[in-house]
Amino acid sequence: MSGGMIYAIAGAILFAMGATGVVLLADLLRRTLAFNLMGSGAFLVLVGLAQRGGQPDPVPHAMVLTGIVVAVAATALALALLRKLHALTGRTQLPEGDVDD
Amino acid sequence: MKQLVVVLAMAAFTAILVGAMLELGPAPVALPASVAANLEASGVRHPVTAVLLNFRGYDTLLEVAVLLLALLGVLAAGVSKQPREADACAADPVLPWLSRVAAPAMVMVAVYLLWAGAFRPGGAFQAGAVLAAAAVLLHLAGLLPGWVQPGRWLRWGLAGGLLLFIAVSLGPLLAGDALLQYPLAWAGLLILLIEAGLTVSLGLILAGLFLLLTDGEGGRA
Repeated sequence: MSGGMIYAIAGAILFAMGATGVVLLADLLRRTLAFNLMGSGAFLVLVGLAQRGGQPDPVPHAMVLTGIVVAVAATALALALLRKLHALTGRTQLPEGDVDD
Repeated sequence: MKQLVVVLAMAAFTAILVGAMLELGPAPVALPASVAANLEASGVRHPVTAVLLNFRGYDTLLEVAVLLLALLGVLAAGVSKQPREADACAADPVLPWLSRVAAPAMVMVAVYLLWAGAFRPGGAFQAGAVLAAAAVLLHLAGLLPGWVQPGRWLRWGLAGGLLLFIAVSLGPLLAGDALLQYPLAWAGLLILLIEAGLTVSLGLILAGLFLLLTDGEGGRA
C-alpha cells in the first residue's frame, strides 16, 4: 500500500463522517461544517489516488485546487444564508416537518 | 434508532469505498505523461499551473465566476450590521503591532507565490488566499473596518480578474483560434497577466466573504 493510498482511505473515512453529520445534525452551522468535512474527504481521495502511479498526476491536483476555492465560497454563502435565517427567525435550525401546515 | 442506522450505513459505505480503492487498477489514460509531453507548449514550467491556466483554463475561468457569484449571493442575502462594542483586542497593543508588521510581509509572500507559480507550487489562488488572510488579520486586529457595501473601486477590483481573464480568453477568437488558445510565444506572459489579475480579485473576493459577513463598525470601502 502506497503512501497516497493512506490519504485516500483517510479521505473516504472523513467523507463518511461528514455525511453522517449532514444527515444527523439538526443545527445548520454544524451541518455546514460537516458538509465541509465531506468536501475535504473528497479532496483527500482525489489527491491520494492521484499518487498511485508513483509520480503525482497534476490534473487531479489542479481539480482539487479549484474545488477548495469553490468550497470556501460555497461555505461563505451558506453562512450568509444562515445569518439571515438567524436574523429573521432567531433560530439556527430548519423547522421540522412540512412548512405548509 | 435513526442514528444507529445512519452510522451503520456509513460504516458499510466506507468499507465498500476503501475496498474499491484498494482494488483499483492503474488509470486507463496516462494523464501525467500527456501533461509532461505538452508542458513545453504551455508557457509555464509547473504542471499544476499549466493544467490550471492552460490545459483546463475553462475550469478556472468558471471557478472565478462561481466565486464572484458567491460574493453576489452574500451581498444579496443582505448583511445586517450591528455596531460592535469596543472590543478587547483593539485595546491590546500586541495584536495591532504584530499585524502592522505581518501585513506587508504577507503582501510580499503573495507576490512571491504569484511569481513562483510558473515553475514551482504556487500561483494565483495561493497568493489570493494570503492577501485575503492579511485583510482578515488586519480586520481582527481592529485596523481595517468591516465592509458594508462595495464602492465603485472595490467593485472593479472584485470583477477585474474575471473580466481580464475573459478578455484574454476571447482574444484568440479574433485571430481565428479557439477560445483560451494562447499564442505560443505569448503564453507565459498572458498566464502571468491573468494570474496577477486573479490574485488581486481573489484576494478581494475572499476577504470580502469575511469582511462583509463580520460584525463591526462599517466603513465604505
